[in-house]
Amino acid sequence: MAEMDLNDAVMTTRLDAVVNWARKNSLWPMPFGTACCAIEFMSVMASKYDLSRFGAEAMRFSPRQSDMMLVLGTVTNKMAPVLRTIYAQMAEPKWVISVGVCASSGGMYRTYATLQGIDRVVPVDVYVPGCPPRPESMIYGVMKLQEKIEKESLSMRKDHIRRFYESMDRQRGIERDKGLTEQQAVREMVLDAADHNLATIY
Amino acid sequence: MILERIDEQLPGALLDRHDFRGDVTAVVAKDRYLETVDLAFKEGFQQLMDLTAVDWPERDLDGRLVRFDVVLHLLNLATQARLRLKVRLAEHEALPSITGRFHSADWAEREVFDLFGISFDGHPNLSRLLTWEDFPGHALRKDFPLDGGDPFCMADSTAPYTH
Repeated sequence: MAEMDLNDAVMTTRLDAVVNWARKNSLWPMPFGTACCAIEFMSVMASKYDLSRFGAEAMRFSPRQSDMMLVLGTVTNKMAPVLRTIYAQMAEPKWVISVGVCASSGGMYRTYATLQGIDRVVPVDVYVPGCPPRPESMIYGVMKLQEKIEKESLSMRKDHIRRFYESMDRQRGIERDKGLTEQQAVREMVLDAADHNLATIY
Repeated sequence: MILERIDEQLPGALLDRHDFRGDVTAVVAKDRYLETVDLAFKEGFQQLMDLTAVDWPERDLDGRLVRFDVVLHLLNLATQARLRLKVRLAEHEALPSITGRFHSADWAEREVFDLFGISFDGHPNLSRLLTWEDFPGHALRKDFPLDGGDPFCMADSTAPYTH
C-alpha cells in the first residue's frame, strides 16, 4: 500500500502547546466588580476597546460558566470568604487577574476593613496596576495572561488549583472544628500564615 | 416652631437649642429622650432620616466627660421641615431604643452600636452591622487606630512575599 501524501493536512505538535493555544484564545471572563475598576472594565468590553479581539468576549456573570476572574476593585476583609467561594466555583482551568491597586495590595485603603491584596486569599496570575487602570492596561493584562498560559504545562495549572482546594478544605475544617464563621476562619488563616512569614493562605 | 411646641408640652426636656436659617437643632436631656422623640413624631416629624453619633473624646461638661452625641435627623413630610435632636452620652451609657417608634432606627442603631459601641436598650437585635462579630473595638471612635491593629496595615510592614 502506497503511503498517503498528507502534505499540509497534518501538523505535529506538543499536547500542551495545542491545548494552551486553545485555552488562551477562548478565555471566558467573569467580572468580580466591587468598585470603579468595574466601570472601566465596561469600556474594555464595549466596542471601542473590545476585548473580543482577544477571544474573551463571552462574559458570564456566573462562576460556573467562566474561567477567568477579573477582580475589579476593593475587597474588604468581610468579602474575602465570598471571593474564595466564587473562585472555588469557577470552571477549571481557571485564572485570576487582579485589576487595580485596591485588589492588588489594598491600595490607598490601608485600614482595618480592607483586605491588603487579594493574593492573600486566592492565587493571582496577573496584576494590573492603576487607579483605575486604563482599558489599554487591562487589555495588556489579558495579553500577559495569554503569554503565561502559552508557557505553562497542563499539570502545573492543575496542581496550582489543587493547592487552592486544599486550603479551602482547611478553611472548612477550621470552621467546623472551632465553630467559626467563614470570615473568622479566613481571618485566622491569614494571621496564622503571617506568623509563619507567609503572605498567602493557599 | 417645633421647639416651642416641645417646650410647651415637655418643659425642661430641651437643654440647648439653636436655629440657623431654618436648621433647627435641639439637645435633649437623656432621661427625656423617648418622650421627646414621641412628641416630635406626633407633631409631624414622622420620618427618621438618620440616626448617627459623634465622638468628642475629651469633651468636658461641668466636670463630667460626656463623650458622645447621638444625633437624630427627622423630617416632617407634610411641611418639609427638618429637626435635629442630639443626646449627650458618657462612655458606657445606654440609650433607649426607638425602634418601637421608627422601624428605620433598627439598622441605624445597630450601626451606631457597631462603630461607636453605644448600646440601645430594648433593641430587638443589637448585633454588629458592618464589621464582623469579633471585631476588636469600635471603628469610628476617635481613639481607634486607623489600621485597627491589623498587622498588615501597620506602618513599615510590607508583607513578606514568599510562596
